Amino acid sequence: MYKSFTKKLAYSLVIIKFAPDLYIETITMSREIKIKRGKDIKLVGSAEKIHANGLRSETVALKPSDFIGIRPKMLVKEGDVVKAGTPIFFDKNNEEVKFVSPVSGKIAEIKRGAKRVILEVIITADSEIAYEKYEVGTSLSSDKVKELMLSSGLWPMVRQRPFDVIANPKEAPKAIFISAFDSSPLAPDYDFILHGQSAAFQAGIDAIAKLTTGKVHLNINGATRADEAFTAAKGVQLNKFVGPHPVGNVGVQIHQLEPLSKGETIWFVNPQDVVTIGKFFISGQYDASRIVALAGSEVTNAKYYRTVIGASAKSIFTNNVKEGSNRYISGNVLTGTRIEMDGYLGFYDHQFTVIPENHEPELFGWIMPNFGKWSNSRALFSWLMPNKEYKLDSKMNGEERAFVVTGQYEEVFPFDIYPQQLIKSIMIDDIEAMEELGIYEVAPEDFALCEVVCTSKLPLQSTVRKGLEKLRIESL
Amino acid sequence: MNIFRKLLDSVKPNFEKGGKLEKFYPAYDAFETFLFVPGHTANTGAHIRDAIDLKRTMITVVIAMIPALLFGIWNTGYQHFLALGQPDTAFMDMIAFGAMKVLPIVIVSYAVGLGVEFVFGIINGHSINEGFLVTGMLIPLCLPVGIPLWMVAVATLFAVVIGKEVFGGTGMNILNVALTARAFLFFAYPTLMSGDKVWIDTTTAAGETLADGYTGATLLAQSTESATNYVNAAGVQFTDVFSAAFMGTIPGSIGETSVLAILIGAAILIYTGIGSWRIMLSGVIGGLVMSLIFNAFAVNPFMEVPAINQLVFGGFAFGIVFMATDPVTAAQTTRGKWIYGFLIGIFAIMIRVFNPAYPEGVMLAILFMNVMAPLIDHYVIRGNVSKRLKRVKVAA
Repeated sequence: MYKSFTKKLAYSLVIIKFAPDLYIETITMSREIKIKRGKDIKLVGSAEKIHANGLRSETVALKPSDFIGIRPKMLVKEGDVVKAGTPIFFDKNNEEVKFVSPVSGKIAEIKRGAKRVILEVIITADSEIAYEKYEVGTSLSSDKVKELMLSSGLWPMVRQRPFDVIANPKEAPKAIFISAFDSSPLAPDYDFILHGQSAAFQAGIDAIAKLTTGKVHLNINGATRADEAFTAAKGVQLNKFVGPHPVGNVGVQIHQLEPLSKGETIWFVNPQDVVTIGKFFISGQYDASRIVALAGSEVTNAKYYRTVIGASAKSIFTNNVKEGSNRYISGNVLTGTRIEMDGYLGFYDHQFTVIPENHEPELFGWIMPNFGKWSNSRALFSWLMPNKEYKLDSKMNGEERAFVVTGQYEEVFPFDIYPQQLIKSIMIDDIEAMEELGIYEVAPEDFALCEVVCTSKLPLQSTVRKGLEKLRIESL
Repeated sequence: MNIFRKLLDSVKPNFEKGGKLEKFYPAYDAFETFLFVPGHTANTGAHIRDAIDLKRTMITVVIAMIPALLFGIWNTGYQHFLALGQPDTAFMDMIAFGAMKVLPIVIVSYAVGLGVEFVFGIINGHSINEGFLVTGMLIPLCLPVGIPLWMVAVATLFAVVIGKEVFGGTGMNILNVALTARAFLFFAYPTLMSGDKVWIDTTTAAGETLADGYTGATLLAQSTESATNYVNAAGVQFTDVFSAAFMGTIPGSIGETSVLAILIGAAILIYTGIGSWRIMLSGVIGGLVMSLIFNAFAVNPFMEVPAINQLVFGGFAFGIVFMATDPVTAAQTTRGKWIYGFLIGIFAIMIRVFNPAYPEGVMLAILFMNVMAPLIDHYVIRGNVSKRLKRVKVAA
C-alpha cells in the first residue's frame, strides 16, 4: 500500500508540474479498494440479462416484519380504497415514518398473528395504477426533502448503520453510502437494472445528498465495467471496490472508507431505491415499480422481471419454476427470507431465489467424499474446482455444536473485528464487550458467510440481530 | 442404507418423548447421526450451508493420526524383537506383536472415553459430541506401550470427567484432554511413565521379562548423559541418530517416535486447514530458537544436543502437531496463535533441558500454554479494542 501511495504521489507531482489541467482529474479519480478476505460461492442459475414480464401481480403485500424494530399502527382497514402512495400504517416509535401502498387498489386483508401482530397487509391491485400526488418543486431545502420522503413513504428506503434499521430522521448522518453492486451469490446486477435510468438515479442522488453534510459515497465494482448511471453520477464520491463477497455489502465499504464509532451514524440506500426516490422527485408520485432478478437452480426462466415492491411471488414463479420440493426465498441465499410459493417480495429485496429443499438423511455423510457439495474448507474437495457452479440445497449438513474451530470466520470476514469473540459477547449479553468489539460496525448480513462456513452450525445472523436490537433499545 | 434406516426407525419410538427409553435419546441420537447426517434444513439465516461439520473435522484429525498409529504398532514389535536380540523377525510378526499390544490400549481409551461422553450426554440431555474421537486416539499415542490397561482407563476417566465434562463438554475445556490424561499418569504413576523399562515390551515368548543387557532408555533420556553416544535397544550405537529419530525406529511413546509419520499427519492437517499451520510453524521456530540459545552456552551435554535433534527427539513433534493445535485449548486469535505456538516451543525445550526429571517438556509446555492462551487472546483483543477507542477519541 505504501508503495502504491508513493507511486501515486510521484505521478501527481509530475502531472502538477507538466500538465496542471490534468491534475484536477487525477485527484478526483476514483479510489480502488481491494478486499482480500471473503468468498464468492458460485451457484447454478444466475439470472440472464434479459428483461421479461411476469404476470401482473394481482395482489401485493406490505410486511411489517421487513422493517426491524417498528411498531406498526394501521391507518386503513380492510375494504378501504387506496392509491399508490397512500399511507397504510406508521411506526408508533417514530410517527413521522409512514409506510405506503405500492399500488392503487383495495385493502383485501390484514393478516394478524399471535397477540394480533400484523403479519401482512394485502392489497388487491388495480390494473391501471392511480397515484397520490405530491408537490415537488425544484431546489428543495434539506428539511423539505426529508419531509416529502417521510410523508410519501420513501423514507423506509433510507437505512442506517449502526443497528441496520430504518434511518432515524432526527439524526444527522456523517455520510451516505450507496453500494452499486451486490456481490452475494446469484445477486441481481444493478448495472443491468439501472441501465437507461441515469436521469432518475441522478435525481435520487441529488435529493439524498441534501440529507447529509458529509459525502455521498457511490461504491462500484472495480472488477467490471459499471453502468453510465453510476460512472456519470454527479455529486458523489465514486469508489471502486474489488474482491470477493461480502465486498458489495455496505458495511464492508463503510468499514474501509468511514469506519463507524459509537455515537456516529451513516445512512445507506439501495441503488434501485435511489431510482424510486429520483422518480418521485421528478414526477411527484410514488412509483413502486422494481426490476427483480429470478435466480436459482430450480428456476427455468432465470431473468429480470419488471414488477412492483411487495409483488406476489406467484406472479413471478408461475411457469418459471421447476416442480418439486423447493425453497422459495425473497432475497438471496445468504440473507433472504424464506417465503411460501404464494408469498410476497420483501421491501428490501430485489430478487427471488429458488433452490431445492432436501430432507434426505445421508448415510455416513460425514466421511463420504461428497463431491457435489461445496465447502470453504479443504476437508472436502470443492476447492479443487473453484470455477464450478454448485447446485446447493438448504440442508444444514451437520448438527449444531459449541464453538470448536477457530480462525474460520476470519477467512470470510473482511473487518478489523474479531467475529467469534463478538458473537460470544452477544451470546452472554455483555453490552460493554459488544461495544468494544465493534458491534456498531456490523449487521447480520456481514456475518452471513461466517454462518455458511461455520463448522458448529451456529445461527450467527440472528445472534448479531439480537445483539443489535439489545443495544438499539438501550440507546432509545 | 435401507437396513440401517429401518433399524433406526423401528427403535426410534422408544427413545422419543413419551417412549420407554426417552432419557436415553442422546445415545440414540449419537448412533443415528453417526450413521446418517440428518436431513434437517436451515431454518434461520443463510439458506445454504458449508458441507463441513464437526464430525468431518474430527475424523480428518483422526485420519491424520493414522500414520503415527500404524508406525507405532510396527515399532512396538520392532523394539520388542530388537531387545530380544531377534532383529530379523518377519515384518508381519512385528506388526502382529505391536497390534496385540497397542490396539487394546486404543480400545480401552475409546470405550472409557465414549462411555463417559454417553453418560454425561444422557444426564445432561445434550447430544453426544465428537470431540472424543480425536482424544480417544491421542491418549494411546502419547503413552508408553508398557502401560497397564487399567491405568489407561483411569487416566481417560479422569481426563474426560475433570478435564472436560466439568467445564461443560467439548469446546468448553481449558486443558487439552489427552494431555490431561498423560499428565495425570505422569504424576500419579511416575515409575510407569518414565525411566528405562516402560518404552519397550520385553516379555519373552515364555512369559518372562528380559532382565538386562538392553537399554530401553529413550534418546531424550540418553541425551542427558551425552550429546553423541546413543545406543538402541540392542545396545548398538546409532551412526546417524537424527535419521533414527526422524524415522522413529527408537523407543518412546507409541505414536511419538516417528517424525516422518507425524509430518504426514501435519501435512494432512495443514492441507485441509484443520490444524493451524501458524501454531505448528511458530512452535518449531520457538523450539529451534531455544535450542540454539542452549547450544550457544552448552554447559552440560544436554545443552549441546543439536537444535535439529531436539526437534525430532521425544514428543516434541507429536505435541506441536496434534496437541498444541487443538483449537479449543489453543489461542483463538491469529496473532495469539503465533505467540502461543512460539512459547510452547520455547518452554518445551527449556523444561526438557533444565529439568531432566521431566524429559517430556512439551507436555508441560502445552498444558501451561493452554492455561495462558486466554490471557494471550485477551491482550491481542485489547489491542484491537484500543485501536477502535482511539478512533473515537480522534473523532471527538
